[in-house]
Amino acid sequence: MPSNKTAQLKAALNERILILDGAMGTMIQQYKLEEDDYRGERFANWHVLVKGNNDLLSLTQPKIIADIHREYLLAGADIIETNTFNATTISMEDYEMASLSREINFESAKLARKVCDEIEKSDPSKPRYVAGVLGPTSKTCSISPDVNDPGFRNVTFDALVEAYIESTLALMEGGADLILIETIFDTLNAKAAAFAVEEAFELAGYSLPVMISGTITDASGRTLSGQTTEAFYNSIRHIKPISIGLNCALGPDLLRQYVVELSRVCETYTSVHPNAGLPNEFGEYDLAADEMAVEIIDWANNGLINIVGGCCGTTPAHIKAFYDGIQGVAPRALPQLEVRMRLSGLEACNLN
Amino acid sequence: MSSTNTAVFTNVGERTNVTGSAKFKRLILEEDYETALDVAREQVENGAQVIDINMDEAMLDSKAAMVRFLNLIASEPDISRVPIMVDSSKWEVIEAGLKCIQGKAIVNSISLKEGEEPFIKQAKIIKRFGAAAVVMAFDETGQAETEQRKFEICQRSYRILVDEIGFPPEDIIFDPNIFAVATGIEEHDNYAVEFIEGTRRIKQNLPHCKVSGGVSNVSFSFRGNNPVREAIHSVFLYHAIKAGMDMGIVNAGQLAVYDDIPKELRDAVEDVVLNKDPEAGERLVELAPKYSGKGETAKKEDLEWRSWPVAKRLEHALVKGITEYIEEDTEEARTQATKPIEVIEGPLMDGMNVVGDLFGAGKMFLPQVVKSARVMKRAVAYLDPFIEAEKEEGSTNGKILMATVKGDVHDIGKNIVGVVLQCNNYEVIDLGVMVPAETILRTAIEENVDIIGLSGLITPSLDEMVHVAKEMTRQGFEIPLMIGGATTSKAHTAVKIEPEYDKGVVYVNNASRAVGVASSLLSKTQKADFIAKTTAEYEKVREQQARKRPKSKPVTLEQARANAAKLDFDSYTPPVPKQLGVQEFKDVSIGTLRNYIDWTPFFMTWSLAGKYPRILDDEIVGQEAQSLFKDANAMLDQLEREQTLQPLGVMGIFAANRVDDDIEIYADETRSDVLVRSSQLRQQTEKKGFANYCLADYIAPKGVNDYFGAFAVTGGLAEDDLASAFEAQQDDYNKIMIKAVADRLAEAFAEYLHERVRKEIWGFASDENLSNDELIRENYQGIRPAPGYPACPEHTEKQKIWQLLDVENRIGMKLTSSYAMWPGAAVSGWYFSHPDSKYFAVAQIQQDQVEDYANRQNMSLEEAERWLAPNIGY
Repeated sequence: MPSNKTAQLKAALNERILILDGAMGTMIQQYKLEEDDYRGERFANWHVLVKGNNDLLSLTQPKIIADIHREYLLAGADIIETNTFNATTISMEDYEMASLSREINFESAKLARKVCDEIEKSDPSKPRYVAGVLGPTSKTCSISPDVNDPGFRNVTFDALVEAYIESTLALMEGGADLILIETIFDTLNAKAAAFAVEEAFELAGYSLPVMISGTITDASGRTLSGQTTEAFYNSIRHIKPISIGLNCALGPDLLRQYVVELSRVCETYTSVHPNAGLPNEFGEYDLAADEMAVEIIDWANNGLINIVGGCCGTTPAHIKAFYDGIQGVAPRALPQLEVRMRLSGLEACNLN
Repeated sequence: MSSTNTAVFTNVGERTNVTGSAKFKRLILEEDYETALDVAREQVENGAQVIDINMDEAMLDSKAAMVRFLNLIASEPDISRVPIMVDSSKWEVIEAGLKCIQGKAIVNSISLKEGEEPFIKQAKIIKRFGAAAVVMAFDETGQAETEQRKFEICQRSYRILVDEIGFPPEDIIFDPNIFAVATGIEEHDNYAVEFIEGTRRIKQNLPHCKVSGGVSNVSFSFRGNNPVREAIHSVFLYHAIKAGMDMGIVNAGQLAVYDDIPKELRDAVEDVVLNKDPEAGERLVELAPKYSGKGETAKKEDLEWRSWPVAKRLEHALVKGITEYIEEDTEEARTQATKPIEVIEGPLMDGMNVVGDLFGAGKMFLPQVVKSARVMKRAVAYLDPFIEAEKEEGSTNGKILMATVKGDVHDIGKNIVGVVLQCNNYEVIDLGVMVPAETILRTAIEENVDIIGLSGLITPSLDEMVHVAKEMTRQGFEIPLMIGGATTSKAHTAVKIEPEYDKGVVYVNNASRAVGVASSLLSKTQKADFIAKTTAEYEKVREQQARKRPKSKPVTLEQARANAAKLDFDSYTPPVPKQLGVQEFKDVSIGTLRNYIDWTPFFMTWSLAGKYPRILDDEIVGQEAQSLFKDANAMLDQLEREQTLQPLGVMGIFAANRVDDDIEIYADETRSDVLVRSSQLRQQTEKKGFANYCLADYIAPKGVNDYFGAFAVTGGLAEDDLASAFEAQQDDYNKIMIKAVADRLAEAFAEYLHERVRKEIWGFASDENLSNDELIRENYQGIRPAPGYPACPEHTEKQKIWQLLDVENRIGMKLTSSYAMWPGAAVSGWYFSHPDSKYFAVAQIQQDQVEDYANRQNMSLEEAERWLAPNIGY
């Protein structure tokens, strides 16, 4: 079954631009949930505060999560992301819930798959895919958290690998159709995730397509750990992901030049899911659906993208606007690049 | 844009490699990572497109060093912008390195050396990390030397990587082994050609792969002659790049511009690189001195030396590698000698020793040494029948087993040692290269050898040598072990190998020393002494190694004080002195003091290195040391007899207490009248597992009755006058000698007085009974630190000693304006009694402490900074 899905997905990517869903976190905010809502019955007596632990809602408020997934699917999304951005043992440790990591990943994938099945039943015109999300974690493997001790690290590659293997296996068991490693601000974390994903595939005995999406953190055009878009690409292309993309941090206007660069250097499909602009002084994103769609449609018309969706601040309305706007627009064609040794430090170094 | 598309040839920086850069190695060993990062940065600035990082050093935790350095590099955008080549012969180091690199790196290296299984396993892991890999042309049978073998191994590696495990072909870099040419060994002549042609075939037949190599290897024979080396690199690259070589480990500064090479040199180099004829190497060796950069033009060969005495002629023939006349000269020497063996032991060995010295000093190159050995062999061969005829039985000097250890294929050095030993009538059993410990030890038993000699060039060989030593101990061997080879060192032998085997382990630093070592080890009369001497020497090396401390970070004065040494004054009562107050010592005789002399520094004064009394038997300086020692004692006899120099001293013990980092010294037991306040300095670098020491910590705070002493002694006020008298007689030797002797007397006085203080005046160690040697090693309770020395480095404190003891009025010693003592042969200091007190170095201090100190001493900050200049760490 999984290999069938992969073939199906590839065929679809050659035909059209696929739509990814929008933000989960900013959608949850609209429900104005309180500490008790987060706790539910099961964690009523949990010893630390859990408000803000959005991934926990897959267990305590599954209906809200399912509703959000449903809204995005109805808006036109082909791929929805599991509610697991912070569900690794490492990030869950912030709430002393590392032991729940497996369960949250498993249940989140199961929940998303269930909503997809339900929508596919009522509208069988296209398959819907669940992307099991592996977030960046709250720690950085190539940056010291202590400015006075640049050689220090608060997490190791091995610890990340271990956490990511557990999450990946749970996402696979829960029914994820692909794995999405996203919001990468430190490529070494992403390499650990990719390393873990391959290990998990080996353990599970089958593979899923992998999507990878990095984050250009500011106008410097670099990831937080300092890499350029192409250097980032060179660092992770060995994983042979089905798509490589950029998400979060910037709105579509500021992100555009990096999307252009990525489209130029990337030998596989590209994905983009930007924020709805930069946050305003209240921390809200206020780029409206139709405004944002103008830029997205322009990217599509210029043949830059294969998969598009939204990150922070985007809503089902945004996704609907993207969906409507790209109908009939051809997806980006894969470039035929010369075979070269493509090394990287913070910058790319392609050997002739 | 931001990416770099490299030119035809990619230059891999090699400076951040401990095996290739002595400077980088030192920085890493000293944990001076700051400066080590500068090396990396400079390299990138100078155009390295990839940086090779190697931490394979036996004295290092390579894995930890690799991780730390890579983590630091990640925080340096100027460095980490370029890709990294993780270089190690240890797989675990490579794996640990890959876990620290966010970019796409290169692994250096893997090969089929240990067979397909580990090769495949490692390649799979590299693939999962997404790194490219350098693949050596090396298989189960060894390193590829010929074009055919290079290609076959690379092709086989390629097929396994690409077909069996799906390794991207564009991520494969073959290193088909660059070896030295013009070594004087005929089989090496075609090495460059084999590489160039191998490269051509690899690139033509194995799509997308790259070819790389360590370029400096090719010119190894000419080390010491950079202009020629640079020319060889340049010519070699010129042809190798044309054949398809893509990248290389090159020191960009070590590359001549091809067209700038003088035509004569370029042609000669070209002939060598392309192996145009069998004499090419010899021609370049002859031409090389002319381009050595020192402007020396090789003298035209003349036959003037043929008129020299025979011993000189033999030496000349050996040094120059001339075989033409060797038999007639050997014959002439034989007829002059009483026994043919004397020709070998005499003029021939003398000649070889000259060769060894020149080689050791980098003034002769390897091919020349090999030529010398050839001359030697020829001479020995000529003498052989004569020696045989004289022998009662076919005895040799001894049987020596030699081997390059498992995992290592380098044997040039070992072969040279073998030749040299054979020349000296040792029977050599050479087991070749990659020899496992079991084979070495089994053969040693079967053949009943007298010595085992191990060789190796690459760093892992060092561990293997340690393994052999352990096995020798386990199997109960009794024979000595000799260690040699390019990466071996006295330090490694002392620290890692010698402790594993106690029947004699000797590091031999070059081939010419091998004979001396072997003969000492096999001599019935010298062996025990030689091994004892070596063991003592290695013990010293181990001590020196242990003393090498990494540089550490500064802490604030407040933090340093919080980490003060906390001596227990609750359950400990400071000893009450038997006699308080000041005492003069004006009639201590030289006869008494000379028993307290520590002679080692005396020899250092005369630039003779070595510890007394061993130095008297030292093979190099022993004779000189004996003559000096005799003269010094004669002078002491004379001074004692004629009473021309009278040592003088004064000391006192006082009630005292600590107040913060100061010591208050009181007029009497009421402790109300402060005579002097001595201000001390505190260590101010980050300490792990140790306190931040300060001398004040050794004195009890107020409330506990503690005491503190001071002293000043001199060898005698007449020192200068006596020296002037010798000068007037133009006797510089004795002018220096009298000062050196007076100096020893002052130190001896300090030692003598301290002993009396411990045993009777303060009296806290009345039953102490130590030999002079134990005194020198400071095996007693309490310390006597001197202002101006590491524990209390600030000189103005001497003024307080003068004040307390009224030194100048009592014994005539003075302080100069810069607080130097007169006469020069003088010692002054403080006495501490606490059993936990010990010497330390204050080392670097920070501004907060200097300000605090200035305040305590009533100095301006500028003045304090001036006096503390050597210790200012900001």
